[in-house]
Amino acid sequence: MAILSKEEAQAILKKVLSYAKADACEVSLNGSDGGNIRYARNAVSTAGQIDVMSLGVSATFGKKTGTATINEFDDASLQKVVKRAEELAMLAPENPEYMPPLGPQTFAESLTYNANTAAMTPETRADMVAKSLGVSKAGGLEAAGFLENSTRFSSIMNSKGLFAYNKSTNVSFSVTMRNKQGTGSGYVDQDFNNLSKMDTLALTKIAASKANGSAGAKAIEPGKYTVILEPLAASDMLGNMFRGFDARSADEGRSFMSKKGGGTRLGEQLFSENVNIYSDPLNPEIPGSTWSGDGLPITKTQWVQNGVVKNLSYSRYWAAQKNVQPLPFSRSIVMEGGNQSLEDLIKSTEKGILVTRFWYIRMVDPQTLLLTGLTRDGTFFIENGEIKFPIKNFRFNESPVIMLNNVEALGKPVRTGSGLIPPMKIRDFTFSSLSDAI
Amino acid sequence: MKRRDFLYLTGISAGASMAASVPVFGRMISVEEALTPVDVTLKKRLADVALNAAKTNGASYADVRIGRYLNQVIATREKRVDNIANTESYGMGIRVLANGAWGFAATNNLDQDSIAKAAKMAAAIAKGNAKIMGDPVRLAPQKGYGEISWKTPIQTNAFEVPIADKVDLLLHVNSEALKGGAKYINSNLFMVNEQKYFASTEGSYIDQDIHRIWPTFTLTKIDASAGKFESRNALSAPMGMGFEYMQPLDSEKIKGGPVTLYKKRYDMLEDVREAAVHVDEKLKAKPIAPGKYDLVLDPSHLFLTIHESVGHPTELDRVLGYEANYAGTSFLTLDKWESRKFNFGSKEVQIVADKLEPGSLGAVGYDDEGVKCGQWDIIKDGILVNYQTIRDQAHILGLKASQGCCYADSWDSIQFQRMPNVSLQPGNVPLSAADMVKKVEKGIYMFGRNSYSIDQQRYNFQFSAQLAYEIKDGKIVGMFKDAAYQANTQEFWNSCVQRCDQSDYRLGGTFSDGKGQPSQSSAVSHGSPTTRFNGVNVINTGRKLG
Repeated sequence: MAILSKEEAQAILKKVLSYAKADACEVSLNGSDGGNIRYARNAVSTAGQIDVMSLGVSATFGKKTGTATINEFDDASLQKVVKRAEELAMLAPENPEYMPPLGPQTFAESLTYNANTAAMTPETRADMVAKSLGVSKAGGLEAAGFLENSTRFSSIMNSKGLFAYNKSTNVSFSVTMRNKQGTGSGYVDQDFNNLSKMDTLALTKIAASKANGSAGAKAIEPGKYTVILEPLAASDMLGNMFRGFDARSADEGRSFMSKKGGGTRLGEQLFSENVNIYSDPLNPEIPGSTWSGDGLPITKTQWVQNGVVKNLSYSRYWAAQKNVQPLPFSRSIVMEGGNQSLEDLIKSTEKGILVTRFWYIRMVDPQTLLLTGLTRDGTFFIENGEIKFPIKNFRFNESPVIMLNNVEALGKPVRTGSGLIPPMKIRDFTFSSLSDAI
Repeated sequence: MKRRDFLYLTGISAGASMAASVPVFGRMISVEEALTPVDVTLKKRLADVALNAAKTNGASYADVRIGRYLNQVIATREKRVDNIANTESYGMGIRVLANGAWGFAATNNLDQDSIAKAAKMAAAIAKGNAKIMGDPVRLAPQKGYGEISWKTPIQTNAFEVPIADKVDLLLHVNSEALKGGAKYINSNLFMVNEQKYFASTEGSYIDQDIHRIWPTFTLTKIDASAGKFESRNALSAPMGMGFEYMQPLDSEKIKGGPVTLYKKRYDMLEDVREAAVHVDEKLKAKPIAPGKYDLVLDPSHLFLTIHESVGHPTELDRVLGYEANYAGTSFLTLDKWESRKFNFGSKEVQIVADKLEPGSLGAVGYDDEGVKCGQWDIIKDGILVNYQTIRDQAHILGLKASQGCCYADSWDSIQFQRMPNVSLQPGNVPLSAADMVKKVEKGIYMFGRNSYSIDQQRYNFQFSAQLAYEIKDGKIVGMFKDAAYQANTQEFWNSCVQRCDQSDYRLGGTFSDGKGQPSQSSAVSHGSPTTRFNGVNVINTGRKLG
């Protein structure tokens, strides 16, 4: 029930709009169907299956908008939700930032749906988890993990004739492996649209190898080090930075993208010359939706080229204020790298630290985007091109903006979260104290 | 008198209500609907359908939670309303113990067939899980209480105050901020009402009505010529109270220090006026010289340090490894508790878990597995003496009963161990914060939560504050910027040397503590008096971008 085809969604949306009396009306219809298994201490702890669908109606009179939602789809319920949205609109205050609905748009067909993933059952999940548990039991380790899959559809239609539909699948898996003594810990975390790419056995073996390899860590002095960030660690740092690519907060003077004396840093060299970042929802490794929630097409966009900020994202309202074209952001981020593997980056390092992942990252200073957090689940000392020994975890205080000015080398990008991110070799990364955590 | 002033003073006013914009939780409902509770006889009948179906399908134990979760959010910015949402989420979750394993299913179709089907599904999942589980579940004994009820002791139901009046109040706050020179001001009011009905095969039918409220703002000024900006957040606390929290009362204020402080009544207008002045001071503040300082921590700041460094590591599920893949584990391993000698902190450190404290976010009569709530010591005279448990964990500590720490954030979430209010008790010797400051030679007086980060076993942390005043030779001499303290939990709590008395004790708290996969949110308070920690490492977090 929860996953409607394009035609089924369109039919419901048209019916809803036929009941509307407001000056403008926007309707959204979304559904998801999926399940999960959680395990810890080498045994399954919880499992669930969730199936939901909901309809939202925004009705506008002048600049007064009311929104109502419902999860029943008979004709009487559809009429009721439109009526309620219109009643709320009459009572609402005027929104000076209201933007009238967009007319029809053209969207590229997305690559987000995979039939194998959509066909996953509780048994598929149990088998995938059993493979992971097999590794931990055979290796005398303790596993705690989470496997989740979902199929979703989303669709919007408005009274100006715009209609958009997308169907997507996702499967995500993460596992933490710890040795029985509690002296070593390893982790992997992977997302795919396509189930056939997800290998819980191979991934768990990586986590197991990190757990064994990180046991008996030595303490070294905090300070500035050359680091090699695995794509997961690099992605943890960058996620916080992309939020800053919003033109409005930059124009308002409260972002690291704000320029001294007013305006934004658009067009400025903000990063090292080897930093190139774009988004592309049609990249088959990281497919994303080809339209945004407000009905704008999402297309390939260059954000940083040779270290220069090429674009900031503009909402429709802010774009109108600034007399530019609106530009939505996309989660399908690609940071370009080279052809070197993680091993190649290690080999080229005289003295440095390999970081598997970061943890508990929080903003310390929005002005400089200074972040703090800790290394976790496998931190290693590199000397003369080799991993020499595991080291105790560090707390860092570092800004991703400063980090991307200190790029020594970038490896081959791999899928991490919803992006393609390379392993990175960064000089002068600031570790400020040691942690006893394992 | 203007209407908003009338509201501000009394909290009750007549007027047309309005509701608009995008829902953030659950289904959008009218204000009137939110005020009509579900009939308790109907809830009992629905619960019995589920319990009987669970037993028929092989349950050795089952419990049912019928939840109606109401949320109201009003968000404003400068002179306009960003969002008003009034939402409801209503349904039933059924948890079943069969063949020694847990199973869970939920439905929002509350007809007899759908309920029976969900109970059967929960039993089937339990039996499936039994095949791949570790040790069978062992539940601590729990007597049935029959039909009982509990209600947060509120004076004014915030959902009964017209939305128009709440909007007026927030816009008044914004206008005061703009008058004070703010460039930007965001102000928000969050209100929650959990109407929860719990029933179990052990004979409990518990009806609870729980209320929470959280007013907050962020005020920002820009120094464009210097390319700098600074903000200050509200020094309010989220509370387990009704709208009475929004009505100022002089007897609930602490004045005389650099900041006006609030106990169980908040003065949002006064706080925003002070914030406008504080942000000017922040823009001109001097950068801190890194080094060791004595810290005087106000409860508006210290609550979060307690939450992260005491609350989380004493959660028994973390200690055992159930959160290893997400929130993490804990350095407070069972051997440390068994020794009865683990020196968590100095003798000043008296930490109590309390599920009953009036005004707190965690106060309920009974938890989400029907256990009557109470209070217990966690750290006594600096020694680790206890954890936080639920029914299937109590036997691990040799306890005869659960401590009542079970919670689910929705009817369709599985209940599990969540943090009770965990609070630092006030000192027995009369002492005000002003007198505490007088004895400090080189220190920092910190207010309000800001950046916070702690490792996955809760050893190493870093915190910063909304306001950090320099103390020199017993006097407050100005404001520092870029100050954050870093410490190891055990060393930090062993550097605790002095607490103010009961008259200074206040609650802080968080509305959204995350844990579990899929992640669930819970609200919890932490009380403390102003407290002094000696010789803590402070770093300078200032940086320059090219």
